[in-house]
Amino acid sequence: MATGTEEHGGEAGGLAIHPMDQFIVKPLFRDIEPGTCVPADGITEGCVKWYEVTNVTLWMGIAVLVLIGLFVLSTRHRGIVPSRLQSVAELFYGFIHNMVEEVTGHEGAKFFPYVMTLFMFIFLANILGLIPMSFTTTSHIAVTAVLAMMVFLTVTLVGFWRKGIGFLSMFWVSSAPLILRPVLAVIEVISYFVRPLSHSIRLGGNLMAGHAVIKVFAGFAGVMGVASIVPIAGIAAVYGLEVLVAAVQAYVFTILTCVYLRDAVGDAHH
Amino acid sequence: MEGELALLGKYIGAGLATIGLGGAGIGVGHVAGNFLAGALRNPSAAASQTATLFVGIAFAEALGIFSFLIALLLMFAV
Repeated sequence: MATGTEEHGGEAGGLAIHPMDQFIVKPLFRDIEPGTCVPADGITEGCVKWYEVTNVTLWMGIAVLVLIGLFVLSTRHRGIVPSRLQSVAELFYGFIHNMVEEVTGHEGAKFFPYVMTLFMFIFLANILGLIPMSFTTTSHIAVTAVLAMMVFLTVTLVGFWRKGIGFLSMFWVSSAPLILRPVLAVIEVISYFVRPLSHSIRLGGNLMAGHAVIKVFAGFAGVMGVASIVPIAGIAAVYGLEVLVAAVQAYVFTILTCVYLRDAVGDAHH
Repeated sequence: MEGELALLGKYIGAGLATIGLGGAGIGVGHVAGNFLAGALRNPSAAASQTATLFVGIAFAEALGIFSFLIALLLMFAV
């Protein structure tokens, strides 16, 4: 805004593009008139219906296709000396397999397919979301909340199925002094039920924040004239950080899944 | 007037909520710094503890992300 090109700025906030515009869910096959979705007044033709194919559906589908393609193509011609693609697939497989065995123990290894699927889907959705003009599905808390709720339900059901009522003993910290145990039990129960919330917000929030920062810098670059080299350099730096965040957040989501699964199948708390 | 006052409160509240992210910054820095201090004392044990490092960072960060969520709720949902 320093160079006086105010006419480029929009009404809201003065930036040419709003940083949160990239997260709008749009149907793929029709345009939506702005202001035609006011459900309170019975105007719903501009609303996204639950059955509609949206950009979220498209990019989740692409992530799944890339995932299937990677593993089908890489394991088609298996060799003792792996091809490039096969070594990529083996790298992911070995990495996740080690993690599951290390964190959840030998008993938890039967959850490896689930954890592997989670990691690859989140990782690919994050990475595909970094392509300019694409859509980051994992930046939506609706998407990450479903993933986190599935983990939460899996852990709870498996825990009760394997340990019965003894699963509740994880709330009763037997290593603490007796007088503290009821207090700790309350805290443990609260933290148990906050898990799906923090699990999903962490992934969604990190990606949303990072992508919004990129768009804020892009908005500066649009109105600063020659000086826009500074925000463009900023975009490049933040983009590098975002690549790291995409991988680390997929890793963190998966390792927390393993930590939670350890409560259900392992004996770490006894 | 009242609508504008509510808008003012909303924006100020969203700004105040982001202060909580500073706590997350302190927490993550503390975890990573202590990991590095420990790793330099005993480098051979460091590799086996990176998973713990990431879990610790994730837990510290989650509480900061909650305040970010409050800011988002104030901006877009209230």
